[in-house]
Amino acid sequence: MIRTTRVCRALAAFTALIATAAVTACGKEGSPPVKGPAADKLPTYQVDHGFQLPQSPTWKRAKKRGYFTVGAKEDQPYLGEKDPATGTYSGFDIEIAKMMSASLGFAPKTIRFRTIASANRETALQNGQIDYYVGTYTINDLRKKLVGFAGPYYMAGQSLLVRKDENDIHGPQDLAGKRVCSAAGSTPYQRIKTDYPRATLVAYDTYSVCVDNLLTYQVDAVTTDDAILIGYAAKVPDELKVVGKPFSEEPYGIGVPRGDNALRFALDDALEAREKNGDWKKAYEATLGLSGVPAPTPPPIDRYPAS
Amino acid sequence: MNVLTDNFSIFAEGFLGTVELTVYASALALALGFVMASFRVAPVSSLRVFGTVWVTVLRNTPLTLLFFAVLLGLPRFGLVLPFKVFAILALGCYTSAFICEALRSGINTVPKGQGEAARSLGMTFHQTLSMVVLPQAFRSVIPPVGSTLIALAKNSAIAGAFSVTELLGTYKTLSELGYNIVWTFFWIAVGYLIITLTISAIFNVLEKRWGVPR
Amino acid sequence: MTANPVESTALYDIPGPHTRRRHRMYGVVSTVLILALIGWVLYLLFDTEQFTYTKWMPFEYKGIQELLLRGLGNTLKAFAMAAVLSLTLGTVLATGRLSDHRPVRWISAMVVEFFRAMPVLVMIFFIFVALKVQPLPALVAGLTLYNGSVLAEVFRSGVNSVERGQREAAFALGLRKTQVMTYVLAPQAVRSMLPTIISQLVVALKDTSLGYLITYEEFLHAGKLIASNLDYDLPFIPVVMVISPIYIGMCMLLSWFAQWVSRWERRSPKTEAVEVAPAEPGTLLRGGVPPTAPRP
Repeated sequence: MIRTTRVCRALAAFTALIATAAVTACGKEGSPPVKGPAADKLPTYQVDHGFQLPQSPTWKRAKKRGYFTVGAKEDQPYLGEKDPATGTYSGFDIEIAKMMSASLGFAPKTIRFRTIASANRETALQNGQIDYYVGTYTINDLRKKLVGFAGPYYMAGQSLLVRKDENDIHGPQDLAGKRVCSAAGSTPYQRIKTDYPRATLVAYDTYSVCVDNLLTYQVDAVTTDDAILIGYAAKVPDELKVVGKPFSEEPYGIGVPRGDNALRFALDDALEAREKNGDWKKAYEATLGLSGVPAPTPPPIDRYPAS
Repeated sequence: MNVLTDNFSIFAEGFLGTVELTVYASALALALGFVMASFRVAPVSSLRVFGTVWVTVLRNTPLTLLFFAVLLGLPRFGLVLPFKVFAILALGCYTSAFICEALRSGINTVPKGQGEAARSLGMTFHQTLSMVVLPQAFRSVIPPVGSTLIALAKNSAIAGAFSVTELLGTYKTLSELGYNIVWTFFWIAVGYLIITLTISAIFNVLEKRWGVPR
Repeated sequence: MTANPVESTALYDIPGPHTRRRHRMYGVVSTVLILALIGWVLYLLFDTEQFTYTKWMPFEYKGIQELLLRGLGNTLKAFAMAAVLSLTLGTVLATGRLSDHRPVRWISAMVVEFFRAMPVLVMIFFIFVALKVQPLPALVAGLTLYNGSVLAEVFRSGVNSVERGQREAAFALGLRKTQVMTYVLAPQAVRSMLPTIISQLVVALKDTSLGYLITYEEFLHAGKLIASNLDYDLPFIPVVMVISPIYIGMCMLLSWFAQWVSRWERRSPKTEAVEVAPAEPGTLLRGGVPPTAPRP
């Protein structure tokens, strides 16, 4: 008993020492160097100050509090990434969210981003945790029953990310017996499960863990939309490559609360205008374009009727 | 109600996953717990210190952190194993600290005089241990070991969040398919109750057969 | 309790000179083995380049330190809320179980037994997913339901462990039921059960890390955000090496406090009337049966 207590006490004192050292240590200002998009080159968007949308309950709620709360991803380089040190978000999806906010009459600076995991997106929109969601959100009919979709603003397609030294995988047909990683509950996960059942699926809640597992030989390929994969390949170009042609069409939309058609159509209009005046292209070039892949033509907007 | 009948195979798979995790992790926890308990009562001080550190650290580590460290940290050492094995390792090591304490306090309930009497009869260490001390200790450790293993079965739910097939994880698949989430959770709860009640029934039988009222 | 080399135990006799020499040899061998194990782990750490500058560099920055501190603050916030609410719920449920009215007793017993039998994570996920609650309230509610139920049992056995004479004497003095409970039974019960209560709070503190699984931005979540960043070369091991001592340290401080309280209890002359089983702090595992004090 006495000995136990003594060991306990010694360990407790040691950990307390480490804790205080961590707390009192003076740190460097700023954030650690990143390889992602450089913030000073990001485009600015003109704010439409006179914009009114009283038919939309979401917009009215945002007006009352003075800013939009936007759901996003935090771990997708070049798309939606949160800097752990500063807490700021960056990437193509984030730029889309900013230009939408500007078009709806709120300065992009005022946006409060919140990280929402893939599995919780519908819940977050339904119970009003966020006003709209921009984060590689594929439009499909099943989800249309739960939430509304503005856009699409980008046409992605499912592809495969493998290690540089991998020579056996050239497309989804080569996945038999291989370990493939994707995010639990995501569209790519479901597709591999139904179309390529011979692949061994591994699911995580975030893609960065998948990429980590790929780098440590835990899995043989990571599959999801090419936009996400290109972002990762650009971060670690010496070790990773994207192979094959996209084998699906993933139209990315902006998720809005289901009943709020006024907001949905307003976002459709705003997207169309931003695509026309070149802001969309500028946003692409400042983010995903850094990977060297030239800007595609944005897909046509799907104004499906209110239901 | 038809959540269960329509998706019986999904539930069965998850249920068996939890059972498998529980059984293997229990075996590991009992084995490791026994080793650590014998370290902690050994006459060699370095082994005692090792056992004490093992127990103290693991008992004060959140299981989620341990899962995080084992499932995401160990592959960084180049140790590549299936996630299920990692989950069993994490659960087993964590629970072994509690098993160790249960066993050790069981050994401590055996009066000193018992061992002295055995030795004075000329019994060897092996005989003292296997014929005098362990049978008595065994009886008093049944209830605490039982409740520790029930806790292990319940803790295995955390593995589901780290992409191991088990009961709690089935809710994700079923909510994707559009089933009523409340009923899904109802059947998940029933599944866990079946497992925990089975364990406690097993230990009740053990206690009836070998337990002694003190 | 631990085997002391100079005293005999149930297992070992007092060692003679020959045995002592043998034990010393075992000691040297096992020390060498343990050191070799530690050395091997250290070698692996160096070999897999866990101590490179890129992996530790993030911790130098204020932003990262603040992120970790914010996470730690959120963990402590969830713990404080869960602790206060569990103690409240525990009191309510214990009162219910000790009630004179059969239906109240029955319902309380049902609630306590159900929530003690459910994995706490299932409850947290149910509240988060099915009831669509925000992460922090979902985490706190799950922890409260579970720990409150366990604490209810602790309180109840504490009250039952107070010597019967105390209750009888109080009734004989003409105190009413509530007065007997609040002035005589509850103070003694809380005092005798304090170490167990604190040990249960350690469980609650450990379980706040489950918030990580429902995207509550607590300590482990902050760690994961740093660890899963490709810019910092995925510093999983360094993150674990930084956050686990803090977690373990916090839990250990609380466990040690429980131990201190129980020792202080045993010394205190005021509690001599109540014979209490020495609650081994920390032994309480989730779902484990709380140690009950022997009835007089």
